Amino acid sequence: MSDKPKVAFYWCSSCGGCEEAVVDLAEQILDVVAAVDIVFWPVALDFKKADVEAMEDGSILAAFVNGAIRTTEQEEMAHLLRRKAKVLVAFGSCAHLGGIPALANLWDREAIFATVYRTTPSTVNPDGVMPQVATSHNGDWVTLPGFYNTVRSLDQVTSVDYYIPGCAPTPNIIAGAVQTLLSGDLPPAGTVLAPDIALCEECPRLDTKPQDLSLERFRRPHEILIDEDTCLLAQGLLCMGPATRAGCGQLCIRGNMPCTGCFGPTSKVHDQGGKYLSAIASMLSATEDVAIESALDGIPDPIGTFYRYGLAGSLLRRRTMTPVDA
Amino acid sequence: MPEPIEVPQESGAGWEPRIVAFFCNWCTYLAADLAGTSRMKYAPNARVIRVMCSGRIDPQFVMEAFAKGADGVLIGGCHFGDCHYQSGNHKALRRFMLLKRVLVGMGIEEERIRLEWISAAEADKLRDVMNDMVARLTALGPLQLEVPAEGFTEAARITELEEVTA
Ligand code: SF4
Ligand code: SF4
Ligand code: FES
Repeated sequence: MSDKPKVAFYWCSSCGGCEEAVVDLAEQILDVVAAVDIVFWPVALDFKKADVEAMEDGSILAAFVNGAIRTTEQEEMAHLLRRKAKVLVAFGSCAHLGGIPALANLWDREAIFATVYRTTPSTVNPDGVMPQVATSHNGDWVTLPGFYNTVRSLDQVTSVDYYIPGCAPTPNIIAGAVQTLLSGDLPPAGTVLAPDIALCEECPRLDTKPQDLSLERFRRPHEILIDEDTCLLAQGLLCMGPATRAGCGQLCIRGNMPCTGCFGPTSKVHDQGGKYLSAIASMLSATEDVAIESALDGIPDPIGTFYRYGLAGSLLRRRTMTPVDA
Repeated sequence: MPEPIEVPQESGAGWEPRIVAFFCNWCTYLAADLAGTSRMKYAPNARVIRVMCSGRIDPQFVMEAFAKGADGVLIGGCHFGDCHYQSGNHKALRRFMLLKRVLVGMGIEEERIRLEWISAAEADKLRDVMNDMVARLTALGPLQLEVPAEGFTEAARITELEEVTA
């Protein structure tokens, strides 16, 4: 075995975009591959869980885990990799804060199963068969992982050393993070490996964002012709820049679309959605209840907008299923 | 981090709603003072946090109060026209209205969060609001978040694991 540092990649509840992001490193990935020994990467290499189990504890330098934790199997793998790796890195929005999968925290297991296995128009399930953790078939037992009620971020399951933010993390951010980790000059545990300033601060449109922005109403991107130079929030679009960490290279802004918040908050913010709703509510010009309500109707899905990538990591973490509107 | 306040969590005998109250220094906080010095009797369920203006109340404070075990949050500010910083209370109202939409979407009943304009002289209004809120929360029962203040504890995880693998 070579004495190059060993790294592992794993995916939990994710879309595969983070795996793409690693491959997207293009030529840079060759440098990474030359510098390290990849000992586990289910999407690309044929190592098995048993191979990881056979390794000595702490023998992997860094394990990069993407995806949120939804099932018992993902949780088990998170614990296994935590044991085997010196440094556990939450890779991407889902491992960092729950990501898109954590929007399912607005429902619970029962509601999700009912929708998926019973009520969607394309479902044909006359016997009402539901997923079981174990079932026997011709005398053999077949098992499936258990499905938790709540989607969790990686650090809600085990201790995490570093976070690489983004849906998905950008090549620059990944390369920078990998360099930091290989340099041996490690930042304090718990660090998000991206600049600790708000996206607005590095935005090319910042000059056109008024100090005391006042908005009559919010607009959705399809409702207006979006000017390419003016601050998107000043145009009434819900740009999450003020409550989102910088570092992506303002990708969405440069594509003339508002930021949806995938890098999560800066270290000073406890709750990205709370911070953002505070900022935009103060910008509204309405002063009376009725006018305020009608301006707020311009945000048809506040939770899905403010917590698109971070519901699991928010202060309230999930919806409490009250019988009233369940 | 402050320690959680020890009050019985479960409903039933002895349970009392816990209210976190954010009061503006220039009005509602003084009203609470006045209620005290005039020996008014009202429900003692609120832990009062003084802020310099209702416009200083970050929605994150309210979320944190609920996440840490409050059953209700009361915000008290100056009447329109009386805010020492001119428009702090207008901002507070807009934030409150948007925050309420988010909290209701997260399964927190709307009676649990309340905004009232109470001037320094309105000790009686403060008393009535407080008594009314306690009555409503008592009827509603404790706020039992599915993920409790302690977060994802090992014990809760094992219980759920038993449930999902049953
Ligand atoms: S709100 Fe959006 S468009 Fe405006 S400065 Fe911030 S990041 Fe840029
Ligand atoms: S602009 Fe916002 S949503 Fe787009 S990549 Fe950057 S952080 Fe993510
Ligand atoms: S000073 Fe009292 S609400 Fe602003």
